[in-house]
Amino acid sequence: MKGLTGAYVPGGSPLHRLPAGVKLAGLAVCCTALLLLRPPAALAVAAVVVAALYAVSGVGVTAAWAQVRPVRWFALALFGVQLVVADLSGAVSSTLRVVLAIALAGLVTLTTRTADLMAFLERCLAPARFAGLDPYRLSLLLSLTLRSVPVVAELATRVREAQRARGVERSPRAFAVPLVVGALRHADALGEALAARGLDD
Amino acid sequence: MIRLTDVHVRLGQREVLRGVTATLTERRVGVVGANGSGKSTLARLLNGLVLPSSGGVTVFGLDTRRHAARIRRGVGFLFTDPDAQIVMPTVAEDVAFSLRRKGLPREETERRVRETLERYGLAEHADHPAHHLSGGQKQLLALCSVLVLEPEILVMDEPTTLLDLRHSRQVAGVLRSLPQQVVVVTHDLPLLEDFDRVLVVDQGRIVADADPATAIGHYRKMMA
Ligand SMILES: Nc1ncnc2c1ncn2[C@@H]1O[C@H](COP(=O)(O)OP(=O)(O)OP(=O)(O)O)[C@@H](O)[C@H]1O
Ligand SMILES: [Mg+2]
Repeated sequence: MKGLTGAYVPGGSPLHRLPAGVKLAGLAVCCTALLLLRPPAALAVAAVVVAALYAVSGVGVTAAWAQVRPVRWFALALFGVQLVVADLSGAVSSTLRVVLAIALAGLVTLTTRTADLMAFLERCLAPARFAGLDPYRLSLLLSLTLRSVPVVAELATRVREAQRARGVERSPRAFAVPLVVGALRHADALGEALAARGLDD
Repeated sequence: MIRLTDVHVRLGQREVLRGVTATLTERRVGVVGANGSGKSTLARLLNGLVLPSSGGVTVFGLDTRRHAARIRRGVGFLFTDPDAQIVMPTVAEDVAFSLRRKGLPREETERRVRETLERYGLAEHADHPAHHLSGGQKQLLALCSVLVLEPEILVMDEPTTLLDLRHSRQVAGVLRSLPQQVVVVTHDLPLLEDFDRVLVVDQGRIVADADPATAIGHYRKMMA
């Protein structure tokens, strides 16, 4: 989640200085390459390259770990399943492939400001203008989504705590209803705040 | 200058404001009243977020019904819950969002953002995700995003309700130092002590309108 929510780490590394578009294109190419790499040895080399990129970026170990941490159980499960249906080398390579792709995507968000990603996206979405869509609004939608992830996550934590305090821990309905109501209320307030900040002028 | 003329507001089945008339020219105006008395509705009228069902509201001599956009450019609004009004993922980006329509060169935008964040002690958090800030810091960020536009009037709906003593003092201090006209809805009575004028709202009407000591005295008696 942290990787999703603007965990930009300020810095002056070459990776920070690359334009957002170049990084995104690089990410796409690398992920394709990861899919095509078969031999585990090649993937091991890829892992070293990714680690080197992280070292160059200077974001630190904590930030790096935060990128892959959310998928650690998924990676473990994937490894287990692959071990059963394939063999050890197959399990190692498919797990490594997923983890490396996520680490690379995380590296892009760690070294790119959301504003730069948005500006790039806005340029890419420029053709949408012909379909009657406003590229600025589309990229704003993306920012609002990024901003809303931690807000709703926090809301979910508060609801869970409130349920626990009242001893209704296991009821999905007692969790979902206040969460949805809270999310809708947040959406309402956000709309009002955008109007107050002059979005519709 | 803000002028309300016999304003009624109906929301759903309820008549939330029932004949409010007032002319606000003082630099510091406070609004107090019981829960549900209509204070937030009154505040929202001032920048056209709520429109009167009858009567009229003019700000800078313009009617909120017809000039809401122009009025919002001159009236900054601070909500109680900063999470709702921070719309960008990181601190500096949220302040920059306010400036986007100014058409300033990038360096100028960055300079103004930096200056504003510095003034309110958030400079070191410029590139942090907004959700890493404490509640009080989030409210300061929301304030920065409003003040960077240098509005002529600032309306605040319970700006200190979610803050601890230190942060609410900080906001109170900021409030005192602001050159513009400020209208503050609050339950934080000490905040209003040195205000120029305080309105007491009850069941959709202004029932007292005086200096802070007199108005708050009336409010206390009413709530007893
Ligand atoms: N959209 C709505 N539809 C119907 N009734 C509403 C709506 N919004 C507010 N109200 C009602 O209007 C009344 C006044 O609301 P308002 O938010 O202005 O009160 P307030 O004085 O700000 O209260 P508080 O101190 O609790 O913030 C309340 O009784 C509320 O239930
Ligand atoms: Mg209110």
